[in-house]
Amino acid sequence: MSGFDVSVILGALPFLAKGLGLSLGLTAIAMIGGLALGLVIAIVRLSRFRVLATLAALYVNGFRAVPLILVIFWFYFLVPLLLGRPVGALYSVLIAFVMFEGAYYSEIIRAGLKSVRPGQWQAAQASGMSYLQAIRLVVLPQALRKMAPLMVTQGVVLFQDTSLVYVVSLHDFMTSASIVANTQNRIVELYVFAALVYFALCTAGSTLAQRLSSDRQRAH
Amino acid sequence: MNYAWNWGVLVQSPYLEWLGQGIAMTLAVSIAAWIIALGLGTLIGIVHSGASGMVRFATGSYINLFRNVPLLLQMFLWFFVVPELLPKAAGTWLKRDLPHPEVVTAIVALGLFTASRVAVQVAAGIASVPRGQSMAARASGFSTVQAYRLVLLPQAFRIVVPPLTSEFLTIFKNSSIALTIGVYELTAQTQKIQSFTYQGFEAFTAATVVYMTIALMVTTLMAIIERKTSIPGPTARG
Repeated sequence: MSGFDVSVILGALPFLAKGLGLSLGLTAIAMIGGLALGLVIAIVRLSRFRVLATLAALYVNGFRAVPLILVIFWFYFLVPLLLGRPVGALYSVLIAFVMFEGAYYSEIIRAGLKSVRPGQWQAAQASGMSYLQAIRLVVLPQALRKMAPLMVTQGVVLFQDTSLVYVVSLHDFMTSASIVANTQNRIVELYVFAALVYFALCTAGSTLAQRLSSDRQRAH
Repeated sequence: MNYAWNWGVLVQSPYLEWLGQGIAMTLAVSIAAWIIALGLGTLIGIVHSGASGMVRFATGSYINLFRNVPLLLQMFLWFFVVPELLPKAAGTWLKRDLPHPEVVTAIVALGLFTASRVAVQVAAGIASVPRGQSMAARASGFSTVQAYRLVLLPQAFRIVVPPLTSEFLTIFKNSSIALTIGVYELTAQTQKIQSFTYQGFEAFTAATVVYMTIALMVTTLMAIIERKTSIPGPTARG
């Protein structure tokens, strides 16, 4: 190996930036979709409908017991079969990520909803609110402050997890770095550069989560 | 949906053997990595909780570095980059003479990655032991080592059993990432069965059931450990 060649990274920057765009986009969609799905699952799990609550618990525990790579393989195989036509890796992966993250976000949201004091639920109900009204107007706004740091932390984990789309050859940041590393035969430069970028972005995310959680402690 | 079911494929040769080898590899990689993670992570967690200055900066850097880079990339760094950076003889040995380099690399990478997560839990466990305990140990004339060994750690280890359970569960799932450097563990073997037979449903269902069984066994084992080690009395139930 002869010296650390920065020019190969500079030359590949547009290609790598495109990959990073896919990683960030995938993170954003999986986060928004996962939060929405997670909210529904958490509300169902805390509701009085026993059968639905049990099904929601099965969903969450099922997804949390298996590796994300296996989930990606499952959907990569299953989605085209269910739709009866090929849809490309991106759509399968998007569905896999949203469903997988939904399970994890639902646990954060459920813990947040449960952490609001019972008196708040009772007061909402005594004021004539329905279950959904109580959640939307009374419980969720209070729980949100507690959940915010955990949601950001989960977002950082999720951003790292998007690198796993490597297994279905989607050109995210990780896979793009790997492609350049192999075609230019510059493995050290590309993987070290990729590590630095991931480290910088994830550290920024972790710092934000810490700040959110210390803000909350000061507010109390 | 047009699909020809054939559950029999799972008990046919060689697919049954592939499954068995995959399960064995997943268990071997995960448990070997867990031993590294538990040993190193506990050590770093203890040092991090008690140290200040440069030492604390070093343990904090380890924790941040390994937590903020994707595990997949860490596997690649250990597998492809480290042999290039080492002196030539050592690099060649890693690439040529080390038996099963991909398995050894996967174990080391997974172990060092999980160690950072264990360290965080152990440090948090020590921090959550009431402050009066360490003051009382000091007042009784204990040295720092004695205070840790006899007062703080026995309580901290009990506190960290539940979070360590979840890390232990995660290591089995994370071992699947080893397939990216060519380790034929459970997920890789079922993917191979899928591509050979097109019986994806059967293959992936088998993997899912095995992972769920592992999760159930780990949860049961850790619950037994938690019960066996809990201190009797009103504060025992956490």
